Amino acid sequence: MTPQELNHLKLTAVRARQLIIRSIHAAGTGHPGGSLSAIDYLTYLYQSELCVDPSDPENPDRDRFVLSKGHVAPALYAALAQKGFFPETELLTLRQPGSRLQGHPNMHDTPGVEFSTGSLGQGFSAAVGMAKGADFLKKGFRIYALLGDGELDEGEVWEAAAYAANYRLDHLCIAADINGLQIDGPSGEVMNMEPIDKKFEAFGFDVITINGHDFEAIEAALDRFHKNIGTGRPTCILLKTIKGKGVSFMEDVVGWHGKAPNDSEFEQAMAELKQEEKKIEEA
Amino acid sequence: MSEIKKIATRESYGRALVELGAAHENVIVMDADVAGATKTGMFRDAYPDRFFDSGIAEANMMAAAAGMSTLGLVPFVSSFAMFAAGRAFEQVRNSIGYPHLNVKICATHGGLSVGPDGATHQCCEDFGLMRTIPGMTVMCPADDTEAKKMLFAAYEMDGPVYIRFGRFPVPVIHSDDYTFKIGRAETLREGNDVAIIANGIMVGEALKAAEQLHQKGISARVINMATIKPLDVGAVARAAKECGAIVTAEEHNICGGLGDAVASAICETHPVPLLRIGVMDRFGESGSAEQVLERYGLTAENIVSRTEEFLAGLSR
Repeated sequence: MTPQELNHLKLTAVRARQLIIRSIHAAGTGHPGGSLSAIDYLTYLYQSELCVDPSDPENPDRDRFVLSKGHVAPALYAALAQKGFFPETELLTLRQPGSRLQGHPNMHDTPGVEFSTGSLGQGFSAAVGMAKGADFLKKGFRIYALLGDGELDEGEVWEAAAYAANYRLDHLCIAADINGLQIDGPSGEVMNMEPIDKKFEAFGFDVITINGHDFEAIEAALDRFHKNIGTGRPTCILLKTIKGKGVSFMEDVVGWHGKAPNDSEFEQAMAELKQEEKKIEEA
Repeated sequence: MSEIKKIATRESYGRALVELGAAHENVIVMDADVAGATKTGMFRDAYPDRFFDSGIAEANMMAAAAGMSTLGLVPFVSSFAMFAAGRAFEQVRNSIGYPHLNVKICATHGGLSVGPDGATHQCCEDFGLMRTIPGMTVMCPADDTEAKKMLFAAYEMDGPVYIRFGRFPVPVIHSDDYTFKIGRAETLREGNDVAIIANGIMVGEALKAAEQLHQKGISARVINMATIKPLDVGAVARAAKECGAIVTAEEHNICGGLGDAVASAICETHPVPLLRIGVMDRFGESGSAEQVLERYGLTAENIVSRTEEFLAGLSR
């Protein structure tokens, strides 16, 4: 990764964070915490990894990304808008009646959304179905899914994990956004799923644990995924992240899981993010 | 009259699936470790490369089928009705129904006639669960001929479908030239004192009941309502108008199934007295299919006696 590429990713991500905050503030409802923890990975996917083209969104050979943790739709919408699937101004219609930007992603409404998600666990299953289907059709595209760490409580996740390994879906790369918090509190206290890496390893995945806010680490992990294709092993990237990342008062605070900022909180969040944007621009 | 041929509609399903697979290469089949019982094993043997076992994991199977369908494949997904419609309800609702994906859920072992396995495996709630999902087509064939034609019709339409097949052999009442159409009721016998609207294994019983009622001077129309949703409201309204009383018969809880669908339709079109015959809001129990059906009143004899009482009560 060149310094210019790294700078582009950082800039895109900090602007995406502003889009997330703006859309959730405009809606007066939504999930900022997980959106902010996941956005760096999503930014990398849409800017540097996925073979998708907004001018040809139905191309049968495109890569597929499924947002299994569907509640962070604002992050996906920001990444899609930045990629050119729809205008950024549309983000302000989030969660409004008649909007294409539903509270959780709807594949029929929203350009670039590959599957309707929101009920946890099901996006991962849909992704393994896509991967198995791609295998059967002898298609070369890749399938990606992003899960939350709270989502790992769902039994269906482990049904899907077993399926992925059983069918040797090595063109499937799942990532889990390990921000350590779920609605009722710290994930280790609500339902301790550790050791998560050992669990996925035992199911047959190649597990790569990285800092989920480090673009170079994300690049390296996805490079390893590319090398896994052909080995029969699916890939699982564990993204160690900070919930609410980028907005000081939201960071690592469970209360920001599913709450919109009020006007003064909005102003403060935007000021912080704009300052960060300026820093990156000047770097 | 020669002996009437009896076939369980799960058999019909298995055979028809092989034919469908021969005709269409995009047909794939998923099962949850019950391929021998659902009869998808016939397809597995014919087209092993298009059969994917999901293990005993119905939730993942349903959403995986949904994902697969986005690639243009047409998954036929099977398990027992209890697990397809019951256990995986929310996956069917959110991952198949909400995105209106082209997945065909073909559940076998519906109703009490599962027999000896008892209440945990006797699903009498599937019509109710499935028909509350917007855009879901819900069907249950009366016999072998209809099961096969229904399966082909399900393939031909775009969108999610739930079909319940049975384990219990039922008489073949349709000839090969029968034309099945999704959403269209079939009048099997004319009559004008009462209309018996039935589906699945109860169609044969309704026909027997109508014959017995005829001996008693009661003229009963028999309607096969193989499509529970979308319901043929016109046929129901016509029956209400022309017969003045309706009896429904189904191998399902009287809550939520065909009887309730018919009740809504007549209330909104042509209100007439209605009697719902089915599983009377109870769980099933072990026994042979015949024994359980007898104990729960899912027989021609019970249709006759309850219809007689019902009609007598009206004229009082």
